[in-house]
Amino acid sequence: MRVPSTVSVTENLNAPVGLAAVEHLRAVFGDRILHEQLTCDEIPTLWFARESIQQALTLVREQTFAGQRFEMLLDLTAIDERVRVNRAGQPASEFTVVYHLMSFSGNADLRFKVPLFDDDLHLPTATFLWPNANWYEREVWDMFGIRFDGHPNLYRLVLPPTWEGHALRKEHPARATEMEPFTLDDAQTDIEQEALKFKPEEWGMKRASEDSEFMFLNLGPNHPSVHGAFRIAVQLDGEILVDAVPDIGYHHRGAEKMGERQSWHTFIPYTDRIDYLGGVMNNLPYVMAVEKMAGIEVPERVKVIRVMLSEMFRICSHLLFYGTFAQDVGQLSPIFYMFVERERIFNIIESICGARMHPGWFRIGGVAQDLPQGWEVRIRELLDFMPARLDEYDSMVLNNGILKRRTQGVGAYTTQDAFDWGVTGAGLRATGYEWDMRKQRPYSGYENFEFDIPIAANGDCYDRCAVRVEEMRQSLRIIKQCVDNMPSGDYKSSHPLTTPPRKEKSMQDIETLINHFLSVSWGPVIPPNEVSMSIEATKGINSYYLISDGNTASYRTRIRTPSFAHLQMIPAISRGFMVSDLIAIIASIDFVMADVDR
Amino acid sequence: MQWEVGSALNIASILVVVIVFAAMLIWVERRLLGFWQDRLGPNRVGPFGLLQVVADMIKIFTKEDWIPPFADRFGFVLAPTIIMIVILLSFSVVPFAPGVGIVDSNIGVLFVLAMASLGAYSVMLGGLSSDNKYALLGSLRAAAQMVSYEVFMGISLLGVVALTGSFDLREIVLAQEGGWFVVPQFIGFVIFLIAGVAESHRLPFDIPEAEQEICAGYHTEYSGMKFGMFFVGEYLGLVLISSLITVLFFGGWQGPLLPPLAWFFIKASCFIAFFILLRAAIPRPRYDQLMSYGWLFLLPLSLLNLLITGVVILSAN
Repeated sequence: MRVPSTVSVTENLNAPVGLAAVEHLRAVFGDRILHEQLTCDEIPTLWFARESIQQALTLVREQTFAGQRFEMLLDLTAIDERVRVNRAGQPASEFTVVYHLMSFSGNADLRFKVPLFDDDLHLPTATFLWPNANWYEREVWDMFGIRFDGHPNLYRLVLPPTWEGHALRKEHPARATEMEPFTLDDAQTDIEQEALKFKPEEWGMKRASEDSEFMFLNLGPNHPSVHGAFRIAVQLDGEILVDAVPDIGYHHRGAEKMGERQSWHTFIPYTDRIDYLGGVMNNLPYVMAVEKMAGIEVPERVKVIRVMLSEMFRICSHLLFYGTFAQDVGQLSPIFYMFVERERIFNIIESICGARMHPGWFRIGGVAQDLPQGWEVRIRELLDFMPARLDEYDSMVLNNGILKRRTQGVGAYTTQDAFDWGVTGAGLRATGYEWDMRKQRPYSGYENFEFDIPIAANGDCYDRCAVRVEEMRQSLRIIKQCVDNMPSGDYKSSHPLTTPPRKEKSMQDIETLINHFLSVSWGPVIPPNEVSMSIEATKGINSYYLISDGNTASYRTRIRTPSFAHLQMIPAISRGFMVSDLIAIIASIDFVMADVDR
Repeated sequence: MQWEVGSALNIASILVVVIVFAAMLIWVERRLLGFWQDRLGPNRVGPFGLLQVVADMIKIFTKEDWIPPFADRFGFVLAPTIIMIVILLSFSVVPFAPGVGIVDSNIGVLFVLAMASLGAYSVMLGGLSSDNKYALLGSLRAAAQMVSYEVFMGISLLGVVALTGSFDLREIVLAQEGGWFVVPQFIGFVIFLIAGVAESHRLPFDIPEAEQEICAGYHTEYSGMKFGMFFVGEYLGLVLISSLITVLFFGGWQGPLLPPLAWFFIKASCFIAFFILLRAAIPRPRYDQLMSYGWLFLLPLSLLNLLITGVVILSAN
């Protein structure tokens, strides 16, 4: 481990590029910037009216600031502001659309907001600037009923086409008990059946070309290789893909809506199930975001424990990816070998957390328990055991000639494509662009670890796999440093807003007892604020955008997941390939449907 | 009844042994794969899970015999029977041991190839009559694959036929008394092995039924006993290919000490195990890669092999 660097996260965020962008926008727009909002994540947040947002977005997309660009539309979402109490200073708004832009080269963020009113919910689309705005805008329409003028196909994305209402509006019920009992009579069944009927025209496909009639293949929602409930409508000319349109929403559970219902503390286990292969790594951006709003500093030991467990889950997730990737190109055995390591790691995780895949073990201000006695023994065994096995897998999978011919040059894209489509994580690094949240914006003490960021050159299926394989080796390095240098100290901060709060003093004086009682029964009250916290999750950038309205529950929980962005890219990279290639492409993306639909 | 080639007893015992052996392969394959993949495989029903096959059979026989309403009934029922029949018929010319066999035909090799060609109809018909897009894709792939690989299969055998001077499989075995044909015909053997895997469409060449791509390919719509026939048919094909390799390249029943039947069984089992190992080890090439590999690499190679064999025979005479 190195000496902690002095560069803090916030200094990174407001690196010259962000400030230059804000100054430039001020100069161009002047009074037309309605408001400059302060948020505790210190991302410059500018409010624009509907009339000027398009100009602002175009300017940011096309200009360079201090020599760098804002390459990616990281997230686009909305907030139903109608019952929000604490929004002093912000322009009047009933629904606010939020754009989160990110500069990779300049390592800076920018947030735009547009106020809208319920009787006039529309604003111009951003799809012609960033192609990945397409799904985000459809999702906003689906969840809030906000229209995007000029959007090519503004249909429901996540909810079924027959759904009534917009689920993330505050008046929409959050649980079945708030609704009429569910019935499905024959008439309704017919309506639902009719809605499911596949009409190529609605998907933007033609039935025939000049010289041949196309075949439409319905791949999913239940298909052996779509890794969950995921559907792709495939348009085939022989076995050649003319088009492949993904259809998502079969795994939607309304995690964001649940975030508004659960207390800050009781939402933690729900985050585990977003990227269900990432385990406690999902807790990390959430608890860090809450800690930031509450002003909690966690002890060093907590940071290292969190890093150690997150990296174990990264290995678990990558192993599953590696095995299924090989399996999807027809190699049956590797997945069974890889489950041996996965099992070892889960045994370690179980002995530390008490659960295997979804421990829900991080807490606001710390972790649930201290490490058990002798925790490092099994980890050291793993560190001895695993590298040799990884080498074996390389000779079995990555060096296999048939696998290379199946995956090299298939589904390739450039760094620029990756930016355009919001691709992060290994998918971005496989194009040769070295960018890892853990290095560029170290969180939870990653700046103290020595590790490399593996990259590849071609951005094809093979490279995406190779990058992840190397990442496992780097994760092992990080875990080794954790074991060798585990700091002593508390496993939870002594801040009063930690959950569950520490009990040492609660039996000593009445004030602490009352606080403890309220904090356990209702949950902590987080001061009103807004924060966005991103981490390098197993599959790319996972970000939680939380808004607290000074209550025991979140006012708005926005979960930006990497898989959502990655799936949207499938048509662009699979046209002209064969069905078998599509399977290899899907496998190489490494997504889980819960991470897409939430 | 007499124990000689073609007797009723001989026919009956070969039929029963071959079918039971093919059915038992389901268990063998699962155990072997389990062994190679660090897991157990079926080990609950009976000793070592040996009765797993019985349990499977009970299940398959008692399952509803369902024909999808949209399928073409005639073709749908016919398809699985074709594969069983042609493969069982192919066994009729296989010489298992001296005195054990059904027919010693002087067109044995041609008969086997003819039956293999007919086998392609089973897969094509099954896919087409199912009226299912995945099945259709599967049968398209199957038709292309089986028709192409038959070509190399046939040519790769001609070297052996030329060396023996006969199409009779029993003659071919007897001609190997001085040495197995695998030595002079090594290239022919390798091509036959590859074509054999492709003909029995097993991994890595299971492209017509590639689970990860097109679900179950041509037999997607099949269940119950009809699926069972495809399933056992695949194992029968495996036994057939292994038997043919034994006969054509590894001296058939010939070997020291042990009785001839035992030698035949041991040799054929080795190849069966090899085919199962292939499945555990190798990924699946893409459909077009398999085609170009066949036509651009295997075809010239097999022709070259035939040419050289011819030249050697001519110059020896």
